[in-house]
Amino acid sequence: MNLAARFRRRGGASLWFGAALVAALIAAAALSLIWTPYPPAAIDVPHKLAPPSWAHWFGTDSLGRDVASQALAGSRISILVGVIAVGIGLVFGVVLGLMAAFARGLIEDAIMKLSDFVFAFPALLSAIMLTSTYGPGVVNAIIAIGVYNVPIIAKLTRATANGVLAREYALAARAAGRGPIAIAFDHVLPNIAPALIVQATIQFAIAILAEAALSYLGLGAQPPQASWGKMLADAQNVLYSAPWLALYPGVAIALSVLGLNLLGDGLRDALDPGLKARS
Amino acid sequence: MLLEVSELAVDLMAPGGLQRIVDRASFSLAEGESLGVVGESGSGKTMTALALMGLTPESARVAGSIRFEGRELVGLAEEAMRELRGDRIAMIFQEPMTALNPLHSVGAQVTEPLMLHRGLRKRDARQRAVELLEHVRLAEPERAARSYPFALSGGERQRAMIAMAIGCSPRLVIADEPTTALDVTVQARILALIDGLRAESKMAVLLVSHDLAVIAGHCDRVIVMYAGLIMESGPVEAVLREPKNPYTLALLEARPRPGAPRGERLRTIPGAPPATHQNQAGCPFAGRCALTVNACRTTPPPEVAFGANRVSRCHRAREVGFAR
Repeated sequence: MNLAARFRRRGGASLWFGAALVAALIAAAALSLIWTPYPPAAIDVPHKLAPPSWAHWFGTDSLGRDVASQALAGSRISILVGVIAVGIGLVFGVVLGLMAAFARGLIEDAIMKLSDFVFAFPALLSAIMLTSTYGPGVVNAIIAIGVYNVPIIAKLTRATANGVLAREYALAARAAGRGPIAIAFDHVLPNIAPALIVQATIQFAIAILAEAALSYLGLGAQPPQASWGKMLADAQNVLYSAPWLALYPGVAIALSVLGLNLLGDGLRDALDPGLKARS
Repeated sequence: MLLEVSELAVDLMAPGGLQRIVDRASFSLAEGESLGVVGESGSGKTMTALALMGLTPESARVAGSIRFEGRELVGLAEEAMRELRGDRIAMIFQEPMTALNPLHSVGAQVTEPLMLHRGLRKRDARQRAVELLEHVRLAEPERAARSYPFALSGGERQRAMIAMAIGCSPRLVIADEPTTALDVTVQARILALIDGLRAESKMAVLLVSHDLAVIAGHCDRVIVMYAGLIMESGPVEAVLREPKNPYTLALLEARPRPGAPRGERLRTIPGAPPATHQNQAGCPFAGRCALTVNACRTTPPPEVAFGANRVSRCHRAREVGFAR
């Protein structure tokens, strides 16, 4: 049975609804690269705090910037942070997790204790620590969120890899004279990939939330970069005079996170290794 | 001798300290010979097989000597051991369902050891893999090579496993319960296949099984293991016809007999195997054995030789035949 058919049968509504929302997020980011109604950072003080109209679909903020343009451009930062932070988590987490699963003994203990240590810090706290030490900015925010992802992926990798290594085909591969690296790439990684993909999707959603929180606190994206978190912070100052300003970035964040979580759930059902063996 | 094992001991780390799984096992295997290892679950037969491959669990301690082609394997570096595995010594596993990776095609898995040990290029290895699959009499080897494990039956999968094992013409093949998971008819064909391969390539076979009938039909010699100890060893026919150890006798009597009167109950061995063998002063079978005397509980049983190639480990070995 091919992959598409399996997805149709198992993923169900959450997979497709999630995928549609994520596709919309990516489309918005792609669109903002070539076109926005106005330059997102263009200040136009005489028309500040304009309510939604044909000229400004989502209205303007306290500096007269077009909110629709900012919301479109803000999706870029969200995706950028998500992709790189999850990438950092995957690369380091998978390598460390595999090392722990294969090495056992002292190395495993060391890696897992270190993971517990990093894990014990609330993500936002370590991000605030990092950005307050090295200065606010998107790069430091990405690193902070990425570091937070590493132990999560490392733990998942180790647990699932141990499950694969306990299977007879892993023993059979060793009996055929294969070394740990060959077994890791040929047998372990393909079998744990579904679990990693699902977790990466969830971590992507968490990264978007974390970026929004950091930017809201002024530790993430810096002016003139557009970011949903920063838009929320700006909207808070004028919440009573222009309440709609908080709506757009809030809805954008909520829909993105919802979409990624639904996609993750749908992928989990579609890729479940327990069901795969029987298809 | 191709393989000479002497005083092999395997200890496993258990919650209560080291636990002896294989206790000073000694045996040997010549080219083209087939040795059966029989025993209950937990008798140490699988651990013996894994020790030969150097694949005992991380926490295991292996002592004694395993000489293979004149080379000592106990304490051999992992890299050197890896070169032997799948090349000079190969293994066939019990569960063909789980011993093949569901995500790779059968052909790719048969190809692996060929590329690794013979340095064949992918295309040549692929060609050779199809020949091997044909050699183990898989129908439509081309199609089988392309298919994934789930598309094959249990017997076909086991044939593919055998093709994988014999790819590099190993001198020793260890088959750990190779037919336990298969139907009886398929079982007979798989065993006949292994016999045929052994005859044509003069490889030695170590056949691990709990099934006396399998051992009787396909091995030259047999060792009977209980609680990590080799209780009896010798030529298959002699051992099974005229056991010199009460444990072997008890195993034989526990088998269903053809022609037994209707309603006759199978004979069982009373009690259960000892959980830990380490603190036992005497014979591990003492207490379950009909011939138990006081010496059995206090002193380890001696090895009693019968002729040049039969040994029984029992205080009353010379009485076994007569006490029946």
